Parts: sequence; C-alpha cells; structure tokens
Amino acid sequence: MTVASGRDGFGQALVDLGAQNHRVVALTADLAESVRVHWFAEKYPERFFQIGIAEQDMIGTAAGLALTGLIPFATTFAVFAAHRANEQIRLACCYNRANVKIAVSHGGVTVGEDGATHQALEDIAAMRVLPEMTVLVPADAAEARLATIAAAELEGPVYLRLGRTPVPTVTDGTGDFTIGKAKVLRAGRDATVIACGVMVGVALEAADRLSREGISVGVVNMHTIKPLDVEAVVRAAEETGCVVTAEEHSVLGGLGSAVCEALAERAPVPVVRVGTRDTFGESGTPDELLRKYGLTCDAVEAAVKLAVAKKESLSAVHR
Amino acid sequence: MTVDMVEVARRIRRDVIQMIAASQSGHPGGALGAAEILSVLYFDKMNHNPKNPDWPARDRFVLSNGHICAALYSALARSGYFPVEELLTFRRLNSRLQGHPSRHDLPGIETAAGPLGQGLSIANGMALGLRLQNVDAKVYCLVGDGEIQEGQFWEAAMTSAHYRLNNLALILSWNGLQIDGAVADVKNMEPIAAKFQAFGWNVVEIDGHDIPQIQQAFEEFSRSHNQPTAIIARTVMGKGVSFMEDKALWHGKAPSRDEAARALQEIGPSSFGEDLDIQFA
Repeated sequence: MTVASGRDGFGQALVDLGAQNHRVVALTADLAESVRVHWFAEKYPERFFQIGIAEQDMIGTAAGLALTGLIPFATTFAVFAAHRANEQIRLACCYNRANVKIAVSHGGVTVGEDGATHQALEDIAAMRVLPEMTVLVPADAAEARLATIAAAELEGPVYLRLGRTPVPTVTDGTGDFTIGKAKVLRAGRDATVIACGVMVGVALEAADRLSREGISVGVVNMHTIKPLDVEAVVRAAEETGCVVTAEEHSVLGGLGSAVCEALAERAPVPVVRVGTRDTFGESGTPDELLRKYGLTCDAVEAAVKLAVAKKESLSAVHR
Repeated sequence: MTVDMVEVARRIRRDVIQMIAASQSGHPGGALGAAEILSVLYFDKMNHNPKNPDWPARDRFVLSNGHICAALYSALARSGYFPVEELLTFRRLNSRLQGHPSRHDLPGIETAAGPLGQGLSIANGMALGLRLQNVDAKVYCLVGDGEIQEGQFWEAAMTSAHYRLNNLALILSWNGLQIDGAVADVKNMEPIAAKFQAFGWNVVEIDGHDIPQIQQAFEEFSRSHNQPTAIIARTVMGKGVSFMEDKALWHGKAPSRDEAARALQEIGPSSFGEDLDIQFA
C-alpha cells in the first residue's frame, strides 16, 4: 500500500491537465509548493499566476480569468480560501457561475503542528451552503488525482479539499470517478459508515476489525459532499438500518450534517457522527491529533456499535 | 454613426431618474455622477457588440461599485443589449435588472458586483486572461471612491502593477462622498494620485464630467506601455440635479414623484432616444 498526500495527487494531476488542456491555468497566494502547484508553475510558467499573500484578490482574479474562458485552479490553504475569501467565492465564483476550481490543502487536524489557526474544521460547512458550489473531498492521493481531473471537466465552481499529510492509498485510483456519485467500497448488513477524506481509510479498517467481531459494516466513500448522493445515503439507511458518518471536520455543517438532512427527510434511521465537536484544533503530530479529536479506528468502531445499539433499541420499542 | 455624448449622458440621467423613481428604490447619486464616463465608454471608446455580447474579443467593462447599476443598465439598453422598455422593471421581482448586477441574468453584464472592493481583482483576471490568449482587447473597471477603503482593492492594485497590465484602465469616480458622509471624514483616502503613483500606476487626473477630458484620458491609457492606468475622475454625486448634487443622502434614496419631475426638468430633454413610458408630473 502506497502512502501519499492528497495535495501530491492534486499537484501531479494538474501537471497532466496542463499538457492536455491549454485552458487550464493556476494561481497561488504564496503557497506554491505547499499546495503542490509548483510543479505546474515550473512546467507552464506563462499559465501560472503568483498573486502574493492576497487570497481575496486571488479568488477575484481567478474569476476574471474564468470569465475569459480559462479554467483556473486557485490554490491556498483551506482556511484562507473558505473563510478568509468566503464572500469573494460567493460573489465572484458562485453568483457569477464562474468556472473556478478552488483547490486547497491543509483541510483538517492532520495539518499538525501549525495548530488551530491553520486547521480547517469548518470549511466544508462554509462551502457547502453556497449556491452553485460543488464540494469534493477525495480520500487519498489516487482519488485526489481523479477528483482534480473531474473538477476541470465540470463547468462551474468547485471546492477541492486536500490533505497535507501522507495517508495510505485506499482507493484504486483507476475506477471511474463521477462527481455526485458515491462509491460503495464494502457492503454490510448491520451498519454503514459514510466517510470522506482520510476517514475513508479509517472506516475501512474499522469495518475489517468489526467483521472479526461478527458485525457486518458497509463503507461508502462520499467523495462529493455537494451535490450529495442522496440515493446512496438512503440506500445505506434502508439496507443497514443505521448510519455512521466520519469526516476530518466538525460534525456541524459538513458530511455528517448533510447525511442527517437527507435521512431526516427521506429515511430516518439512527445516525452517529464521527468528527470534531464544536471546537478548534491545536498543535501536535497528525496522529496525536487524530487520537485526541476522536478521528480514529477506535472511534469509528465505537460509533458503529452505538448506532447498532440505537437501532436495536428502536426496533425493541416497535416490537 | 456619430453620437453626441452630451445627449447620451443626458439620456442616461433621465433613465436613472425614471427607473429609480418608478421602482421607488435604487442609488441615484453615483449613477448620475457616472453618466459621462459610461457614455464615452459605451458609445465611443469600447469595442463591443450588443448583438453578440459574448464575443471573445470584446472590450470588457467591469462595474465594481455595483449599486450605481441603473446607469449601466441604461447604457446597455441604449446600446441595444436588451429592450429599452425593460429598464422599468429595475429592482422588481423576476426582473433581469437586479438591484445589483447579476452576470448570468442580463446580457452585457461582465460580472456581478455590489459587495465593494472586488471589481479590480476580477478585471485583473480578465486582463491577464485576454493577454494570455493573445486577445487584443481592453478592460475598463469603474470603482467608487469610498470602496477603495476595502483592503482587497489595494491587493488588486498591486496585482495590476506587478503584472504590468497595460490593457487595463481603472476609472475612479472621486465624488468625495460615501454613505456616512465625506470620504475625508469617514476615512481619508488622500493623497489619492500619489497613492496610485506609489503603487506603480500610470495616473491621469480629469474632470469626470468633461467629455473631451474623458476621451483624452482613454487616449493616454492606450499609449501606456507597461503600466496599468488609473484615471482619477473628479465627479459630483447627483450631477445634473441641483438638489441631489454633493449630498450623501442621495447615495441610496429614491426621489418622490414630485422630486423626479423636478429632476427631469433640470436634466432637460435628450435628443438621443425616447423617454421611458412613465410620467411623474
């Protein structure tokens, strides 16, 4: 099993895209190497725009480039795009329906030692509520590559959230990647874990362990948070009767919220959300932080058991 | 066809008053102050085709201070982008003429605007995109003076100069007023020409109501080799209507029917086009 970061997968895909499509351009706000857009910059300097430490300006500039028919990838850290430049994204990209791809690294606590200021735990929520926006959270480097290519092919604004820290590659990276279409990685009978980003790999590991205890757990890779694959969510609820969500993000407003919204209207079943609670992160190693903030295999296993128990107590009441 | 810019400007002013009075909502002050600038852009300077608004080689006009869009809608309608009668739907439910411009609703609108300080960034992107694609077109960006208190504007001003965007002209409508009063009192932005010079811009200062001066400024812009051009246009908020002139109150207040009738009388008739079909007298 290879280990690589989402940002690496993105950076390599962007170089390939640059060769295939001359309309692809890239921007950064003084973080070229950090977001792995420096490979593109070296290869296609005339199509690379360094904007300096000015994220709001970068988003507006990207929108202007898009309005001349180009496909700009604007790159920075998640916090500086989704939060600092939020209103610019809303106006210049979304309301304009500008074909801008906002590719961000440093989503989640695996940012590590830089601490809370740089760990985006609310960015999915902030991007998900914007009309016209598509939100992608690939599971690993291989899927980041596919997501980057799919984002370039989609007409309209896309928020592509990438991790900083290398994680095991758990997707095959060759299958089809369709925006808005969840991938069922594993079938189950007792519960389904719907995960995104680095939590997909964690969910697979949890499902493996639980199977040894006789608990059959399905795993769905929800790489597209918006538009959410509601049918896949409803199917999971109907097939297993309870759902666990897992994301490297606050339980407020992200994948867990999106799944709950869908299920409340379509197929109410017990849901347990794994994610950070209503809190900032802090400094530490990525592994330490994942443990402290409950983003581990153990946490997913516990959540599955809780969800199954809730399901059983509900069915006991109905009996 | 040669058009008399003075008559076009008068027509824009009449439209602005009629539209805003009809909807009893809108921003007359800045719109009246931009009449000459928009006349010269849309009826003299810009290379554009209202029958083919997405023509890739067109010059672009980016309105940054979106609240003055009544004047832009007038210039667009009078150029032929959409029927003139539609101007009276301004700010109404289901209208394409939104309170602040919506790009995907109305032909001729290059970008949405309203939240201030963003237009220059978008204009920079267009100028870079045109240059990269070897399109010999120009980008004109109109900003208000109050809005350059936004930090993003100065981020963008550095970007324009860094990339030596000589295909971009910024027109700063310097009327000295913003919602809470005089710009000098709210947060002073002077010395303004020196600021742009220090930021690496080619600076031209003009009277924003003097048509030959506006035309001359655009000539100077077209001669700029490796700098973006900032045209600092001294304007009067509410220009042409005595009781609105230089009064921040008229930033975002609609005239009553009586006030509209007086305003139209002061502006006087225009030989360019017909009045909109609404009476106030």
